[in-house]
Amino acid sequence: MNEKKYTYTISIYTENNLGLLNRISAIFLKRHINIESLTTSQSEIDNIFRFVVVVNIQENKIKRIIKQIEKQIEVIAAFFHTDQETIFLETALYKVKSKSLFDEKHIQKIIKESQANIVTVSPNYFVIEKTGWREETEKLYNSLEPYGLLQFVRSGRISVSKEAMNISNILGLNTDK
Amino acid sequence: MSKEIKISGAEAVIRCLLEEGVDLIYGYPGGAIMPIYDELYKFQDELTHILTRHEQGATHAAQGYSRVSGKVGVVTATSGPGATNLVTGIADAQIDSTPMVCITGQVASHLLGSDAFQETDIIGISTPVTKWNCQITKAADIPVVLAKAFYIAKSGRPGPVLVDITKDAQFELMEFKYSKCTFLRSYKPVPDFSINKIKNASELINKSKKPLIVWGQGVILGNAENEFKDFVEKTGIPAAWTILGLSALPTKHPLNVGMVGMHGNYGPNVLTNECDLLIAIGMRFDDRVTGNLNSYAKQAKIIHLEIDPAEINKNVDVDVAVLGNVKETLPLLTSFVKSNSHDSWINKFNSFYKIEYKKVIKNDIYPSKDGLTMGEVIKEINEASNGDAIIVTDVGQHQMVTCRYANFNKSKSNVTSGGLGTMGFALPAAIGAKMGAPKREVVAVIGDGGYQMTIQELGTIFQTGCAVKIVVLNNEFLGMVRQWQQMFFEKRYASTEMINPDFITIAKGYNIEAKKVDKRTDLKNSVQEMMKSSKPYFLEVRVEKEANVFPMIPSGASVSDIRLE
Ligand SMILES: Cc1ncc(C[n+]2csc(CCOP(=O)(O)OP(=O)(O)O)c2C)c(N)n1
Repeated sequence: MNEKKYTYTISIYTENNLGLLNRISAIFLKRHINIESLTTSQSEIDNIFRFVVVVNIQENKIKRIIKQIEKQIEVIAAFFHTDQETIFLETALYKVKSKSLFDEKHIQKIIKESQANIVTVSPNYFVIEKTGWREETEKLYNSLEPYGLLQFVRSGRISVSKEAMNISNILGLNTDK
Repeated sequence: MSKEIKISGAEAVIRCLLEEGVDLIYGYPGGAIMPIYDELYKFQDELTHILTRHEQGATHAAQGYSRVSGKVGVVTATSGPGATNLVTGIADAQIDSTPMVCITGQVASHLLGSDAFQETDIIGISTPVTKWNCQITKAADIPVVLAKAFYIAKSGRPGPVLVDITKDAQFELMEFKYSKCTFLRSYKPVPDFSINKIKNASELINKSKKPLIVWGQGVILGNAENEFKDFVEKTGIPAAWTILGLSALPTKHPLNVGMVGMHGNYGPNVLTNECDLLIAIGMRFDDRVTGNLNSYAKQAKIIHLEIDPAEINKNVDVDVAVLGNVKETLPLLTSFVKSNSHDSWINKFNSFYKIEYKKVIKNDIYPSKDGLTMGEVIKEINEASNGDAIIVTDVGQHQMVTCRYANFNKSKSNVTSGGLGTMGFALPAAIGAKMGAPKREVVAVIGDGGYQMTIQELGTIFQTGCAVKIVVLNNEFLGMVRQWQQMFFEKRYASTEMINPDFITIAKGYNIEAKKVDKRTDLKNSVQEMMKSSKPYFLEVRVEKEANVFPMIPSGASVSDIRLE
């Protein structure tokens, strides 16, 4: 099957459970599906956690994967969305030598134009933060790289869906805020 | 029990089991689970512990017990090697949807992560093969977690659950209060059914000229044998079974057209690719059933009645999916379909059967050659048991032959390792089956290879006196693998020939009555003598060394390309 692959953002609502990460990643591992990024955090409901997983797979596969995820006892619900159906962002941090900031005037222009923020400045280094799409954080990376990056890190994708996911309804809570 | 009295976590474990109605468990002790074993000693009047000879044996015994009784099988084992020895049985129970609760001891919580003596991450190891698992480090959590474990194991599509309890939690004191778990907000064991889908299904059924039912274990797990029979009889549709569905409808039922799959019957396999409607009931389109998916029932509309939403469109895309427990959905479907009969369509099955009989079955059951066949042994067991026995099989040629030829009058009578194909399953599973259905005759049919994988469970039989009948069909080969080597690897018999010990001496060493048959003239009497015995009995039958099981769908081939020779 050589059907076209798409990027899907999977949102998984779960009971807080230690072992669940293992169970969920095993579902992907078993099927040789590479996880592009994975984040977990508190959700909009008390004690309910949310996983956001980004994968690149065929449409018929994502549907099966979602059912396997939902089958896990502590998963409340799982959804998948295309990029068009979500608002999504990543955050990147860039650590650069302080010397560059003062010696290379150009850097200040890059930071300004890319709408990045300076988070910290110390005598030896400064840290820039940029939140946005992958292309934007990548562009900034390419612009800063010639000046010497001491460290670079990018977070997994976080996203909210345009459609409602109605977890409270599924849980029978009347707490739609 | 008064609230002020505190009990140990270990005692709480036993009280939880009693609250769940457990009176029999299988296991093996060791350091990290000793507090629980100490309580088992105190509670031995209420709870029987069967000491198997290996933890794998405990899991298979629990599976056999569960498969014939419908109850949850319970296993206890120590940490480290005790826990890892459970893994095969857990994986088997997972893929064959057998409800099982495994309780393992674990090193004390302050030692977790320190590579302490006999510490293994059994939660990590068992995660992919359990329906759910959980580690307990505080005694107070024991009742809630065990209640949850039993609920999860037996509800919806059943499966194995593992609960790992640290040694300090077993010692710790707690106030015991138990309430059964009946609800978890993140878990919906039985999906809601849609009456519209059932109506859609009934329309397809009413229109169909050449419908075929393929049923699986879902019918048995749902206790829906009667509902299923009503449906089959009202619609007059020929019905074929997967290996785990076997015995849900009596073998002799006129609409039972036999087994589908790799070594199934000729008619149902070929006609899968000729029917205009395939009604799949509580089965999961395993590859051993479907052969090549690209040429599986492509001409047919497909209806799938299934409790597990993840099975819908997993392997085969279906036209109408009826979610839910078949116990509930089948009666509704039956009420919507018209009474019907399909005589000329059924005649097709009959004519395929005639061909199969002439080319395969006759030679298997009434051989003209000298060597004893596996088929004629099963025929003798049928005659001696009248089809009332529980038959347990291991994995290999004997398994296929037994499932093809054994007669069953009652449901929950066929116990085999289907999805995992675990050699070594049968002997311990037969022990569990006998204990789960003590009034019934239990016959284990095992190959000489698989028998030696768990042969030590003869010790369990000896110690408990469990009156199972063991039939080893000895072909001095790992027969099924040898068959593949013959057919697909130009007879290069790499490591499949077995030089076996004297099985009779071994059985006698365990004080089990034993007999060997190598002549046709002795077969009938020997089988009858075995069946009449009220004690454990071992019968070795020397069968033809290089016989093959047919029909066969070579792997990767289409069901309609099934070979008769
Ligand atoms: C634990 C395990 N190991 C290996 C296999 C692969 N296997 C499948 S059938 C078979 C041969 C079984 O031989 P035997 O038990 O003598 O039964 P026969 O086929 O001769 O009836 C083997 C090795 C398996 N199913 N299970």
